[in-house]
Amino acid sequence: MSAPLLSARGLRYAYPSGRGQPVLAGVDLDIRAGEVLALLGANGCGKSTLLKLLLGLLTPLAGEVRLGGQLLSRWRRRDIARQVAYVPQIQAVPFPYRVRDLVALGRIPQRGLYGGLRATDHRAVAEALARLGIESLADRIYTELSGGQRQLCLIARALAQEASLIIMDEPVTGLDYGNQWRLLALVQALAAEGRAFIKSTHYPDHALGAASRALLLHQGQVVAEGPPAAVVTPANIERLYGLTVSLHPTPSGALALTPSLAGRPQGAGSPHRPS
Amino acid sequence: MGSAATLTPAAAPARGRQPPARLALWALLLVLPLAMLLALQLGRYPVAWGELLDFLLALLGWQSMPSEQYQLLHSLVWEIRLPRVVAAVLIGASLASSGAAYQAVFANPLVSPGILGVLAGASFGAALGLVAFDSWSLVQLSAVVGGLAAVAIGVGIGRLFGVRAAVMLVLGGIFSGALFSGLLALVKYLADPYEQLPAIVYWLMGSLGQVDLAELGRYAPFMLLGVAGLALLGRALDALAMGDDEAATLGVPVAAVRGGVILCATIASALTVALAGMIGWVGLLAPHIARLLVGPLNRYLIPASALLGGLFLLAADGVARGLTDAELPIGVVTELVGLPLFLLMLRRVRQGWAT
Repeated sequence: MSAPLLSARGLRYAYPSGRGQPVLAGVDLDIRAGEVLALLGANGCGKSTLLKLLLGLLTPLAGEVRLGGQLLSRWRRRDIARQVAYVPQIQAVPFPYRVRDLVALGRIPQRGLYGGLRATDHRAVAEALARLGIESLADRIYTELSGGQRQLCLIARALAQEASLIIMDEPVTGLDYGNQWRLLALVQALAAEGRAFIKSTHYPDHALGAASRALLLHQGQVVAEGPPAAVVTPANIERLYGLTVSLHPTPSGALALTPSLAGRPQGAGSPHRPS
Repeated sequence: MGSAATLTPAAAPARGRQPPARLALWALLLVLPLAMLLALQLGRYPVAWGELLDFLLALLGWQSMPSEQYQLLHSLVWEIRLPRVVAAVLIGASLASSGAAYQAVFANPLVSPGILGVLAGASFGAALGLVAFDSWSLVQLSAVVGGLAAVAIGVGIGRLFGVRAAVMLVLGGIFSGALFSGLLALVKYLADPYEQLPAIVYWLMGSLGQVDLAELGRYAPFMLLGVAGLALLGRALDALAMGDDEAATLGVPVAAVRGGVILCATIASALTVALAGMIGWVGLLAPHIARLLVGPLNRYLIPASALLGGLFLLAADGVARGLTDAELPIGVVTELVGLPLFLLMLRRVRQGWAT
């Protein structure tokens, strides 16, 4: 097995405002080229915190993150950015940047802050846009695009960055059903080309259907980790979300989850609200 | 399963292409010197183009001119008009480029040197310097320190109540501005009512009338350095406008760049206060108008804002000089011209950034 691109051991973290309550209490994680690692867990289980530790945006209280075998804290920001890209949740950008210019920000790690963009940079931007099939959006204003299109722009920026690992924070949030699955398929296709992805998600189905590995976080600890079909089990889902589900194969052979909403007739209107 | 290329398109129609940024920048670069020459001509004693040209050639020693006429033009154009024309451009450029930089570094289109409290802090610092020390360099320094203290307090208050909310930073700036306005009132109260108080009051209203070339020489290098520093950091500012986490993951050393930008912008805008008093609105309006012309990329936006700010203040000074026989304070003119422009801007903010 190849050496991991990024590995974490014994990560602990607590927010200063959290009255000493740890958000993460000893998390281990490895990611290798070609993998799509899905991070599952309930709201507040520490998914976003874990991603920030892996990106070096937060410093762990204990434990370590290694990038290419070296401690992440020893790396310069710019050198991290050549290896690891971040696709944040879609948020409002306060200024009307063109898509082309937004994607070109991904060239900062290569080009630095002062030099002008060169032909290679413009080519990298064009290739990233073409790979995602959004050349036609190049001159559009980013803030005027739909959620799905914005997500594609952010992924294009990560591709322009030429990073080998792309960390995505809930990439399908706000997308409609069709766009969610198209995006997941795209991520898997990009992983097949040799990139690695870590994505946090609220959808166990997406871990089952569009990830090579799943890691389940509960109260700051890893409760299960491995191939999705092995760890996304009814028992684990109940532990994470307090919800009874049944797992059954679909006609195509894939697995799907169906929640059984206790005490309520299924499909009778009142939606389940997790406590 | 379809490819990602077929993700559903947005309903909103595309806005027209932005005009080529470089072209607009060159046009501004051409218009500004022409406007400066025009400003040198205009005044109670108009100077014809030909006369101005002859004088400039004589000044360079390329052409002779009758001594009496030369003396007259020298005092009118060189000693009286040139300092205020250059000061108007320099102050406008400093305020406008600082405004654009603050907007990017705080990812917030609603801030400016005025709104962040920098102008209030600098005026307190400068007034204190005026009363306490008899040295221009100490007045400059104390204006800059006042400006930096004001940003620190404004940003600190904003952070205390919520990092991400754009409105909290504005409220923090209002707090900081009010604090330093109060302290300024205290300095005024304690100042000598016959000599120092009127001096402080008139100077703070904003006037370019007292600026002379020697004084310009003391201020210009620092202000130009500040503006140049901001212009150099254009790409880093674009990254910071995406938010701190994104900028960091794009390889930008966020804390260092933010510190450098705040330092440059605060030095440049605080010194405008020490030089010519409180001149409002330029730092908020010029960046917004510049963004319409060249788009949001800061490597174009910062210079375009600087040029537009210079033009705006040059025009305001023209109005201040020309409207009445008794000259109006330029700060008063920018307030009155700025307000209707601000309304137009709010309209655009509501349309464009509500997403």
